Amino acid sequence: MKKSEEQIQEDLLRPLFEASPAYWIAVALAGSLVLAGVCTLLYQFYTGIGVWGLNSPVFWAFDITNFVFWIGISHAGTLISAILRLANATWRRPVTRCAEAITVFALSIGAIIPVFHIGRPWLAYYMLPYPSERGIWPNFRSPLAWDFFAINTYLIGSISFLFLPMIPDFAMVRDRAKGLRRKLYGLVSLGWQGTPRQWHRLETAMHIMAIAIIPVAVSVHTIVSWDFAMTPVPMWRSTIFGPYFVVGAIFSGIAALILAMALLRKTLHLEEYLQPLHFSNLGKLLLTFSLLWFYFTFAERLTTWYGNSEPEMAVFWSTVRGQFAPLFWTMVTFNFIIPVPILAIKRLRTIAGTVVASSCIVAGMWLERFLIIVPSLSRKYLPYAWGSYRPTWVEMTLMASGFGLMALLYLVFSKLVPMIAIWELKVGMQEAPASLVREASAVHGAGGESAVTDLSS
Amino acid sequence: MPHHWAMVVDTDRCTGCEACVVACHAENNIPTVGDDQASRGRAMHWIRVERSWEGEFPNARLRFQPVMCQQCEAAPCEPVCPTYASYHTADGLNAQVYNRCIGTRFCANACPYNVRFFNFFNPVWPKPLHLQLNPDVSVRSVGIMEKCTFCVQRIRASEEQAEVEKREMKDGEIKPACVQSCAPMALVFGDLDDPNSEVSRLSKSGRSVKLLGDLGTQPNVSYLQGS
Repeated sequence: MKKSEEQIQEDLLRPLFEASPAYWIAVALAGSLVLAGVCTLLYQFYTGIGVWGLNSPVFWAFDITNFVFWIGISHAGTLISAILRLANATWRRPVTRCAEAITVFALSIGAIIPVFHIGRPWLAYYMLPYPSERGIWPNFRSPLAWDFFAINTYLIGSISFLFLPMIPDFAMVRDRAKGLRRKLYGLVSLGWQGTPRQWHRLETAMHIMAIAIIPVAVSVHTIVSWDFAMTPVPMWRSTIFGPYFVVGAIFSGIAALILAMALLRKTLHLEEYLQPLHFSNLGKLLLTFSLLWFYFTFAERLTTWYGNSEPEMAVFWSTVRGQFAPLFWTMVTFNFIIPVPILAIKRLRTIAGTVVASSCIVAGMWLERFLIIVPSLSRKYLPYAWGSYRPTWVEMTLMASGFGLMALLYLVFSKLVPMIAIWELKVGMQEAPASLVREASAVHGAGGESAVTDLSS
Repeated sequence: MPHHWAMVVDTDRCTGCEACVVACHAENNIPTVGDDQASRGRAMHWIRVERSWEGEFPNARLRFQPVMCQQCEAAPCEPVCPTYASYHTADGLNAQVYNRCIGTRFCANACPYNVRFFNFFNPVWPKPLHLQLNPDVSVRSVGIMEKCTFCVQRIRASEEQAEVEKREMKDGEIKPACVQSCAPMALVFGDLDDPNSEVSRLSKSGRSVKLLGDLGTQPNVSYLQGS
């Protein structure tokens, strides 16, 4: 980057102090989706979840699909940013904050869904182990209770992980702002002065969090998979589900991250910060996960088919060539057939290319969750009790408002916090002396990418 | 004296008259959801009569199989409930505590028999059915699961009666509504801990099988077939 530190600071803080009309239009659009969702929810609380398309035997469908989808998206940030931080990949610097913000927002949306998906949302607090006069605790044998604790742990962890590196940036805003804004940013920057002692503490805290958050993230989606794998439902009871879900989560998470970065790049004019290199590197990661996803799907399907047990095959055929086949083959196309060539061929792994691949993957992974949940429930053992499922406008509206809420949170966030960690960019500029970069170029071969290898540690 | 409540269903006797279904609705205050909801797959019948054909036409034979909650000893619905609404009683019943139920519907998904039902709306009874609600059974509100209880209200009433009269319970003293209404006497209810009860005798018969027995759910309902 050729820019001076002042220039960077100027570029990245500008969105906090200015708002274009386009921004307000985007806020209005996202806000109206959220408002529609809130009204729909009130209607549903008043009537009961019969206004959804659920029935006996399909007791979960869009609700849990969206739950797993958003929890999956939340694996974008924290996990990727933690791994890249620990691996000292310097190209991560402009990417981490967008990623960590996705985690916190997607996880919050994912965590709200179970609250209103239950039949009596006003009793959701029964999930808490509060001291009740009846001496009843939640049932710790239930995967839903595990979910509750895992997701809350992850939420607290990822909020801290997002917040820690924001402190120096908050202080930067505080020093530029006036009036009330100065007070507020002063409050959240926790008295940051930038002393060596404070820097040392911040680095240590971030290092601890980066290590701690990885097992938490893995456990969250493993436990989400156990919501299914712990039941005797055909094609749910599977030992592969834990890792399969974790891979799927990171897969959809990277895709969401690429989409968010592409949007930010255009709307906040960050072309010089989020470069084709970042999309290309994330594209390679996405390619790896597309291959992994296919491997897991293939392994799961092959063992089911080879095992040839009657209840499982009923579900298997309904997805491969029956009622759900169009969705199934769309999923395979979106998750594997389209993205792999785009991401594997260097000439196609451009910003536009990765955005196309990521859009397909986000849609494909949503379908994957739907295809795990609905076909199994609709064909469970006794054929007399088989059923089917069709969503209603209520579920559609709620799903759309989930995306609206994500957009709204992101828009608001981009006004409050610089979307790229300014201080991290500055550190990156200072820490790689020219002589070392030359050495690195010699080792890794001359090329744009070798220069970003971190040599500071 | 502990009990172990169980049922035997003789499918060779069942005529598929569905009197058990009607009796169950009346006894347990099960709402009739109406045409529209039923067509959406939301009909609630704690007991249903499954119909299947055996053999090929013209040598086909019709078989009826009443299916209700199998009151599994290793019930998949119980551990998955996060609030202990679904739990196991000491006398082998798979109980549902309506007040604890928050409506995650996890139990219904985990149940391999699909015998758990969800109140998608608050129940309504078309007049004059609202006048015939059974005062011994609580009416369930919107958002909670319900299922066959083996007519637990009748079990508890008989137990209390026997205690008051300071006597042991007699075999056949308790008749759940379905058993009481079964004209061909295809349904038998009783105590498995009593080796001389009819239900003990029949469930040990060579004709006895468990529904989806290989899933390891250890149902307390046995099916007799094969005459």
